[in-house]
Amino acid sequence: MASTIVIKDVSKSYGKKIVLNQINLTVESGQIFGLIGPSGSGKTTLVKMIVGMNRPSHGDVHVLNTLVPNLNLMQKIGYMAQADALYGDLTGEENLRFFASLFKLKKEEQKVRINYAANLVNLTAHLKKKVQDYSGGMKRRLSLAVALIQDPQILILDEPTVGIDPELRQSIWTEIRRLKTTGKTILITTHVMDEADKCDRLAMVRDGEILASGTPAELKEQYNITSLEEVFLKAGGKKG
Amino acid sequence: MRVLALVKRISQQMIRDKRALALMMVAPLLILTLLDYLLTSETVTPKIGVAHVDDMLIEQLEEMDIAVLTYDDIEDKEQIIIDKELDGFLRMEDDNIQITLKNANPSTAKALQMKIQQAVAAVSAKEQANKLSLFIQQIQEKAPGNLIELEQGKALEIDTDYIYGKQDTTFFDQLSPILVGYFVFFFVFLISGIALLRERTTGTLDRLLATPIQRREIVFGYLLGYGLFAIIQTIIVVFYAVKVLDITLIGSLWHVILINLTIALVALSLGILLSAFANSEFQMMQFIPIAIIPQIFFAGIFPVEGMADWLQVIAKGMPMYYAGNALVDVMYKGLGISDIQYDLLILLGFAIVFILLNIVTLKKYRDI
Repeated sequence: MASTIVIKDVSKSYGKKIVLNQINLTVESGQIFGLIGPSGSGKTTLVKMIVGMNRPSHGDVHVLNTLVPNLNLMQKIGYMAQADALYGDLTGEENLRFFASLFKLKKEEQKVRINYAANLVNLTAHLKKKVQDYSGGMKRRLSLAVALIQDPQILILDEPTVGIDPELRQSIWTEIRRLKTTGKTILITTHVMDEADKCDRLAMVRDGEILASGTPAELKEQYNITSLEEVFLKAGGKKG
Repeated sequence: MRVLALVKRISQQMIRDKRALALMMVAPLLILTLLDYLLTSETVTPKIGVAHVDDMLIEQLEEMDIAVLTYDDIEDKEQIIIDKELDGFLRMEDDNIQITLKNANPSTAKALQMKIQQAVAAVSAKEQANKLSLFIQQIQEKAPGNLIELEQGKALEIDTDYIYGKQDTTFFDQLSPILVGYFVFFFVFLISGIALLRERTTGTLDRLLATPIQRREIVFGYLLGYGLFAIIQTIIVVFYAVKVLDITLIGSLWHVILINLTIALVALSLGILLSAFANSEFQMMQFIPIAIIPQIFFAGIFPVEGMADWLQVIAKGMPMYYAGNALVDVMYKGLGISDIQYDLLILLGFAIVFILLNIVTLKKYRDI
């Protein structure tokens, strides 16, 4: 199995503040990889680095055997940011069309992808509405649809299920697993532990360092407990 | 093309934002109209009181559009001026003329003083001439012989020619070209700056930068998107000023539009650039007294040549200095493209520098 994301010795600091310290991480192709950790632990910085927005201060990141940052690589990465970055004065459809054209999709393809993505997140009926009239959950779903618009090989989802009701969360996870079967690699950050259980592999991030990584089962075994929540508390406690 | 996608999105947003659209398209017209009425309104006839002044002078004063009220003798001139709402008081004492001016408005008081002085000078000239002819007549009567025909001295008439403008040119005619350009500058700056700022604070800029878009494509998308609206604004403002307000336009209308478009480009790129250094709409507004208002002082309303050296140096660093220059040249002086090309090139230079800085500044948000 080929490695899709390879992070080697990566550190990132802003001024004197060290945000990430000596991170090593490998995400294999076709995996659902979970990054779990409390807010402020450096998850988002790490994710932005993989997307190619920030350069590491030290070390390097390779995605699909290409050194990041690289603009062509961005075509292959679907990114869903933590905050809903949408244009409130445009309709849902106009938002999707705008991002589709940034990825240079052809007219016909745009139509197909917009229908697919909107249908996936149950927004087909609301496409003509302005986004500022959407509920919080609807905005979240539209953000996910935007991340999928160009049919990317890699999906990077920064806390995708925050503010989404349980039923929809279920359907989003069903879709994430279905996307996995089509060969896509998915990196997801979360602090919801039952979601961590659904990942193939996990890395626990705290204070800019990776505390532990492995499959959910491995982590449980390593710390000799049954729930991931406890693993997290233990791993964190051990360091302190 | 990604630039076109941005242009399309900006247009959609702009058309839906009725207030911003109105601010850009209608507000300059309102201000121009108001100023037009204020600055071209008829000047009020000044009113003065006189005492012990001979009729010739009164006649002369009335001829110069001054209302004259005659008083016999006055105890308290100041009281009279204030009570009767006079602009001044004139009084002969022995051979001296004493003028008291209300001076509520220095510029009208100066004008009044000038008129009175002219009237006094005219009257005394006439008196001199009369005295002289009387004197010659007397000499000739006493000395018989050849009578010398006295040539009647003709009063000199002054014919005034104007290189720029004409006799009824008002301050507004010289000011309006500058204002037309300034409004384009101001409103384009404000709207484009706040637009990119909002893009940043709502996180969409980050989202945009997570796509393969190049930094320069974002800058050019913004320039083109808001540039379209700036073009419409420029055309509306210029046509309104020339066709409706009947502002003096001697040169070519197309040159005026060309200059204003260049101004819009500078304002756009400056607005986008400064928005990178603001974290909220309010902080964006804080740039107005620093970066925008001072520009008008150096745009030609006050003659730059008469300023202190260091102020002249500052003036040369302001885009509106060149813009005002070019606009006055075309609209008021009627000069052609060869006279404004230097100003236009400098304005373009400003725009290019701002655009390059913009592309570099975006690195703050994405390293590539």
